Amino acid sequence: MRKAFYEKMANIAATDRNVYFLTANLGYKFFDEIRSSCPDQFLDVGVAEQNMIGLASGMALCGKSVYCYSIIPFLTLRACEQVRVDVCYHNLPVKLVGMGAGFTYGQEGFTHFGIEDMAVMRSMPGMTVVVPDTIENAVRVAELSVDFKAPLYIRLGLAGIHGAGNKATLKAIGKAAVLRQGKDCALIAIGNMVAVAAQAAENLAAKGIGTSVINMHTLKPLDEAAVLACAKKYRFIFTLEEHSLQGGLGSAVAEVLAESGFGGKFERIAIPEKLDPVIGDADYLWDHYGLSPDKVTKRLLNAIKKYQDR
Amino acid sequence: MAEIKPIKHDKIAAEVRCNVLDMICRTKGPHIGPCYSCVDLLVGLYFGGMNVSPENPEDPGRDRFIFSKGHASPALYAVLHRRGFLTAADLDGFAVNGGTLQQHPDRNVKKGIEVSTGSLGHGPSLGAGMAYAIKKDKSSARVFVLISDGELDEGSTWEALLFAGHHRLDNLILIVDYNRMHALGPSKYTLDLDPLADKFIAFNWGVKTINGHSFKAINKTLAGLPFAKNKPSVIVAETVKGKNVSFMENNLRWHYCCPDEAERACACRELEGGKKK
Repeated sequence: MRKAFYEKMANIAATDRNVYFLTANLGYKFFDEIRSSCPDQFLDVGVAEQNMIGLASGMALCGKSVYCYSIIPFLTLRACEQVRVDVCYHNLPVKLVGMGAGFTYGQEGFTHFGIEDMAVMRSMPGMTVVVPDTIENAVRVAELSVDFKAPLYIRLGLAGIHGAGNKATLKAIGKAAVLRQGKDCALIAIGNMVAVAAQAAENLAAKGIGTSVINMHTLKPLDEAAVLACAKKYRFIFTLEEHSLQGGLGSAVAEVLAESGFGGKFERIAIPEKLDPVIGDADYLWDHYGLSPDKVTKRLLNAIKKYQDR
Repeated sequence: MAEIKPIKHDKIAAEVRCNVLDMICRTKGPHIGPCYSCVDLLVGLYFGGMNVSPENPEDPGRDRFIFSKGHASPALYAVLHRRGFLTAADLDGFAVNGGTLQQHPDRNVKKGIEVSTGSLGHGPSLGAGMAYAIKKDKSSARVFVLISDGELDEGSTWEALLFAGHHRLDNLILIVDYNRMHALGPSKYTLDLDPLADKFIAFNWGVKTINGHSFKAINKTLAGLPFAKNKPSVIVAETVKGKNVSFMENNLRWHYCCPDEAERACACRELEGGKKK
């Protein structure tokens, strides 16, 4: 996904000399194409995320369109206040490209997990938050980001998966994509979890439960109409994200549902605040924390059954 | 630009200090001490030092100024007023409900404010980014960043200093308002910054240490930029917190307190003397 994103960006950079790519000394190999075709538009600032965001903002104040890359916690948390003041308060076209959604960096451990970023970036004034789920959608986000004139956070995962028919389902920022229609419940997912949701829906179908899968690729601004449409149609609504329970997709959807008067059953499936001392790759950790297709399937079955039995 | 004699700088600086006193007493605001330590530097920059003009505030070729020590905004506003960027009505609206100018500057290029500041340690990175972009555009514009000495405690400041030295941003000029007084006491006891000039030399900057209240020194220094080929320049300006009001000088109290009526009258008398020079 990251590779495809940057190959697309290299094409864009070649045609738009006003576009710059900054990295805080990360992204080995992924910038090769940009570095060879547009070396003047690439800048490795060193291991200095706060400075990177300040530099990008200064460049944007001089009319440049600037992308900043790092691993998610360093980009969004280490440099958080620079994002708040320099980027957001000035409403600048600085694009933050964070790598390592959720447990992408598995065995590397807690320092490299991206599990609070959506909550924090969602709270930044004027920030748009987009999370592509497939290679095609990542490329689509790259295209859409070029003319984006405001702060943008692009959250990337390792997912090297292709979309159905190798096609992008992400048409526009802020407009959720319904990937599957079902009669019984809605599963709203984001990023790496969209494929998990699709698999869980498949499992549930085998048990006679129809599940709608919604790819809520834009966390902010949230497609409230899509959530309200679910509230109208379903008794069961679930959210699924590779992020802390606090402040991410589940929270954003809950806010809309609570204000809508939704009377059905709503559950957030996400990562608990307190992590266990477990080591493993993303798949392993997903399963441990209930984010694997099987665990998600069971969770939905239980929730639906419990509610129906009441 | 017409030559401006040093005597006029002194007079403008005295007027600015009076404006600052008015603004702060009117709003019962803090930070008069940090305002007075940088007034002379600001007057030097805006009256001859920088290529900026209120007639053409958005000129792409203009020098950029970042007032990183945003908490001393009354000094900046008063200088911008004297230079014609801000009106008297703008100053009247300082820090009042529904007013025009808040206590930390908000970007408004038409009014001469390039960047919103107030959080310390942001200016050097923003300035380095501007200087980098300006070089890419092959413009001869320069970027001036005025910081407090307290901002040298921030790690982000040193990230930016390292970057600017490495990338040889000789269109970037940093001015340190070295009043040696942090927010809770003397810098020497909070975090000792000395030897300061040596630190910049080690980061590949050209350095000059000057008396930050001498217009002769300020004007001469600003006329001699950059200090070294292919290096960013830093002016370590030795200054005094509360400068030119005898009871405020080097007194921490004036980082926070607003003069009462008697203190104001006393400060006013001392400053009025400066105007007549």
